[in-house]
Amino acid sequence: MIQVNQLSKKYNGTTVLNINNLEIPKGQSFGLVGNNGAGKTTFFSLLLDLIQPSTGHITNNNIQVNTNENWKSFTGSFLDESFLIGYLTPEEYFYFIGDLRHQNKADIDALLAQHEEFFNGEILNNKKYLRDLSKGNQKKVGIIATLIGNPEVVILDEPFANLDPTTVSRLKKIIKDLADNPDVTVLVSSHDLQHTVEVCDRIVALNKGEIVKDIQTSKETLQELESFFAV
Amino acid sequence: MIKKFIYLEWKAFTRSASFGANLAMKILLGFLMIYFSLLFIGAGVGAFYLLKKMNLEPLRTVNRFLIYYFLFDLVIRLLMQAIPVLNIKPLLVLSFKKPTIVHFSLGKTVLSFFNWVHALFFVPFAIVLVLEGYDVIGILMWLLAIFSLIYINNFLNIILTNIDKLFVVFVGIAIGLGAAQYYKLFDITIYTAPFFQGLYAQKGLFLIPVLALIGLYQFTFKYFKNNLFLDAGLSKKEDIATTENLVWLNQFGTLGTFLKNDIKLIRRNKRSKTTLIMSFFFLFYGLIFFGNTHQPAVMHIFAGIFVSGGFLFVFGQFVPSWDSSYYQLMMTQNIPYRGYITSKWWLIVIATFISTVLASFYLFYGWEVYLTIVVGAIYNIGVNSHLVLLGGAFTKTPIDLSNASGAFGDKKAFSASAMLLTLPKLLLPLGLYGLGLYLGDKTLGLLLVAGAGVLGFVFRNTVFSIIEKRYKIEKYSTISAYKQKN
Repeated sequence: MIQVNQLSKKYNGTTVLNINNLEIPKGQSFGLVGNNGAGKTTFFSLLLDLIQPSTGHITNNNIQVNTNENWKSFTGSFLDESFLIGYLTPEEYFYFIGDLRHQNKADIDALLAQHEEFFNGEILNNKKYLRDLSKGNQKKVGIIATLIGNPEVVILDEPFANLDPTTVSRLKKIIKDLADNPDVTVLVSSHDLQHTVEVCDRIVALNKGEIVKDIQTSKETLQELESFFAV
Repeated sequence: MIKKFIYLEWKAFTRSASFGANLAMKILLGFLMIYFSLLFIGAGVGAFYLLKKMNLEPLRTVNRFLIYYFLFDLVIRLLMQAIPVLNIKPLLVLSFKKPTIVHFSLGKTVLSFFNWVHALFFVPFAIVLVLEGYDVIGILMWLLAIFSLIYINNFLNIILTNIDKLFVVFVGIAIGLGAAQYYKLFDITIYTAPFFQGLYAQKGLFLIPVLALIGLYQFTFKYFKNNLFLDAGLSKKEDIATTENLVWLNQFGTLGTFLKNDIKLIRRNKRSKTTLIMSFFFLFYGLIFFGNTHQPAVMHIFAGIFVSGGFLFVFGQFVPSWDSSYYQLMMTQNIPYRGYITSKWWLIVIATFISTVLASFYLFYGWEVYLTIVVGAIYNIGVNSHLVLLGGAFTKTPIDLSNASGAFGDKKAFSASAMLLTLPKLLLPLGLYGLGLYLGDKTLGLLLVAGAGVLGFVFRNTVFSIIEKRYKIEKYSTISAYKQKN
């Protein structure tokens, strides 16, 4: 589904990301782990054509993302709060995204009903604008908004950060459900090795912009990763 | 301790996003500052001789209208002057004493543009008065009192700023008093003029405003000190949200989706609301030109364009910066650029149309004057709306929606650069109109300007394609610029 070729990103001569070749097949749930500055967000930003690659390119479903915009119709993503529109209520935000993805109000309502438990009664009908929600609740909105319109690719940057323990376990279930769907490719980045191992079939570890590990998840994966990151 | 504060302020100033703007802009801004300073100083010096020539006693006349001066000053402050509370949060847990923090943040407002700009008028005016033989001590007392009143406004603004819509009340009072005076129903100046005159003539009267200022400062200080808690004065005010569906816009498809969003954007953010009010004031800009024989006839078209173009200039100028805080979202959604630009264009067109209808009160000056405004509107829709959107691709200043400052901002000089960008949009119609006047008469001039507008409208699609291409080219640098918030 996603194919990375000779991709690199340099800022003032410093290479922050350098991936020669990476292929993520359709339906895989892909976890990206690494320390701060490893290049996780840079990779996702390149994948979403938010920054320009210094060399190479990424294709998403055979569409080269920096030359053709058609990938947008089947890709849902949430990187940070700048993906939220602060002056809208959560409902308005969902309908707005829904309009852009050609979903009617009933479709959105159905999706929201499905995730009522995840919202924990703190999101809908609360008479609050998104800008006044807590970080964790903003994140819940952003994550569910990526699912609008049944995207084939879902990209979540640090989805577990800022969430309370209950919500984390609910989120893991949502991601696992997505991962079980053979038509959906999920990409998740995280600092938290355990969460990532739990929800992903495959884990790639980045360090200073380079791929240092690429493993199919098994029982030993967590231990292997922990010993790798332990100093 | 104070040294540390000044160090922080200096860093904040030199590292603010707009300070780092390009050199050409800085130089232009510098010129603009000098120009307006000279204008104020000139007014200060000239006021005396102008009033003298009109056979009015200068000081007495100025004193008579000071009440309006201060009322309007307060309104403008309530609209535009920001209060410096927001960035003291990180200082609270450090070893600063609370009184120091409060004194410093209040002291900071003293240096604000909104205070010293008055000095540019009053100081030269006072100097001329002294040179013309007025009592030196009296004038000094008067000046001291005037400055006390200016600073009283400064602190009043700080206290009142939390009350929404208060400026409407003050605008109402000012307009009401003005109208009452104009129609000779009630003249407030009869009561206030003796007081202001007394500041000069009567020894000791100046102590009243000075003492009032000291008292007000004490009060403000206490008010702030008592509210220096995260859940009191430093808390963010949360609005009670209402979900609006604006279903009637659904019939316009993608265009409707964006329009819905833009309407909410304008209604729910302080910054954009201020902009809307400012664009309303543009309606009255023509009053300076029409019915004023001192202005050259060619300037009429200038006014015509401004009257209907208020929204276009103050809102349109900053497309797409209004969406800066969630620009990354827009760039990853399935959004046709065309639809995005078209919806902004429609918003501008609708606002221009409404302004033109509202401006129909200019019919009092005759249908020719109103025709000028209509022609200005045609030009705005046909040409300027496109120019504004095209210019938007290069305006990469992120807008903090929740913040009302910056409209004239202390550090940001936001509107000044905006005004610079408007100049080219005025020169072309001015030239066309002037050409018409030179070759024929007013009608030919208006025809030329309107013709340009219609031509622009006809080639709308081509122009949109160019704009779309520009936005795509600028995409990455725009995203990275919007990420740098201060």
